[in-house]
Amino acid sequence: MIFFRKKASWEIPESEVTDYKVYQNRRQFLNNSLAIGLAAALPSTSYAISNDQVESLTNLEKSSFSSDEKQTPFESITTYNNFYEFGTSKESPSLYATEFPDRTKPWNITIDGECDKPGTYDYHELIKPFALEERIYRMRCVEGWSMVIPWVGFPLADLIKQAQPNSKAKYVEFTTLLDPEQMPGQNRRVLDWPYVEGLRIDEAMNPLTLLSVGLYGKELLGQSGAPIRLVVPWKYGFKGIKSIVRIRFVEKMPMTAWMKANAGEYGFYSNVNPNVDHPRWSQAKERRIGEFLKRKTLMFNGYSEQVADLYAGMDLKRYF
Amino acid sequence: MTGMNILYIKRALFFICLTPLILLVWRLLNDELGVNPVETLTRSSGLWALRFLLLTLFITPLRWLTGVNKLIQLRRMIGLYAFFYALIHMLLYLGLDQLFDIGDIWKDILKRPFITIGFISFLMLLPLVATSTNKMMKRIGGKNWKRLHKLTYLVAAASCLHFLMLVKADIREPIIYIVILAGLFIVRLTHFSKTKLSVSH
Repeated sequence: MIFFRKKASWEIPESEVTDYKVYQNRRQFLNNSLAIGLAAALPSTSYAISNDQVESLTNLEKSSFSSDEKQTPFESITTYNNFYEFGTSKESPSLYATEFPDRTKPWNITIDGECDKPGTYDYHELIKPFALEERIYRMRCVEGWSMVIPWVGFPLADLIKQAQPNSKAKYVEFTTLLDPEQMPGQNRRVLDWPYVEGLRIDEAMNPLTLLSVGLYGKELLGQSGAPIRLVVPWKYGFKGIKSIVRIRFVEKMPMTAWMKANAGEYGFYSNVNPNVDHPRWSQAKERRIGEFLKRKTLMFNGYSEQVADLYAGMDLKRYF
Repeated sequence: MTGMNILYIKRALFFICLTPLILLVWRLLNDELGVNPVETLTRSSGLWALRFLLLTLFITPLRWLTGVNKLIQLRRMIGLYAFFYALIHMLLYLGLDQLFDIGDIWKDILKRPFITIGFISFLMLLPLVATSTNKMMKRIGGKNWKRLHKLTYLVAAASCLHFLMLVKADIREPIIYIVILAGLFIVRLTHFSKTKLSVSH
């Protein structure tokens, strides 16, 4: 029997091992230390955005769909967010998503439903085959404000082609991660979690529809829907579902989170349309972030040329 | 409380009630109103209008509680401040949201229920402001004046509803104000039922 043994030279006492919690939160720890250092060095207070944690995305193709309007500053895009999974105020996501997603865990995305090549992929594995491009799009929120955002991503159509949907695939349904530990806002039933969104298959195949993995040439931050999110520039912002874990091809129109919450106000299509009334926000005008006066909202957010055909013959007042 | 005292308190109150505006202007000038400063200004001015409105309804129960009847002399200023913040709220909407386009404004009032209700509550404040002077009070008579100023309850309820209808999904904040207003109603109901009982004794 061995009652004691000699310590090897490489062994360190238990007390020197970094607490697992601290290890798990090491980025935050570094960030906090950095923030404290900065706060001491700088006269003004600055908020700790974990922008330094994310990777730069290089070799981006430019897109002819890009707008040449003045881009909304990075700070505005990343501190004024509707992402109820991290709280309902505009500031909450930037405050509570600094550690999201937990990079010690893999991020899996399941592609299933009515398709010939279903599967579950690690995020990095999933996006590897696609060439990333920069697309500068207008973003119009249903609340009456708008931004111009330089997204980085690839057309959703490319991924759909790979999955080979069958003839029953009339719609595509997207689901956000459900994990109240990482997303504290999910502890309150403000919406019926997880967040679900959907597109008609031809909308999903439109070349404008983007799966975004970054903005301003860097990987997405948590508050912007890391690691991968949808961008549909001719629809209201809430259609751009964030932090996607599942893409499913379905025959019937998916029931989205906002339709469940209030079907009278949030339709499945939710195309930007200055002529269709919304009970709370005038959709005729919008305030571009950074401007004081409102400007006129454009039909399909200015993307009529690319998307108006999708809705030919449809009564857009009925299918709002 | 002596006559001198109430004068000082009124002066102090005047500046206290002005503080929210001063802070907003300060933050505006220092670019501290966030990413959407117009929204912050509209939201804050509306909230302060509602807060001052509810505060006017606090005065009477506070008198019952403390027995300090002179508190009533502070109510007019608080009420006028409620109007002052409501006016700022209204002007921001009319000017920066609607660019003072009468046609657009009218359409918006008819189209959107929460705007309709907000607009009506603002209109209901006008007769209250117009009859806020001692002269007007005398002219229409104390009894009529009291009856007219019961409108405050309706304005407060409509303002709470306006707030509730504006919120997309998270109704916690408007609910707080609704609970406070309900509390103010209940306090009155219980007080008056008690006084009636004691009268009948």
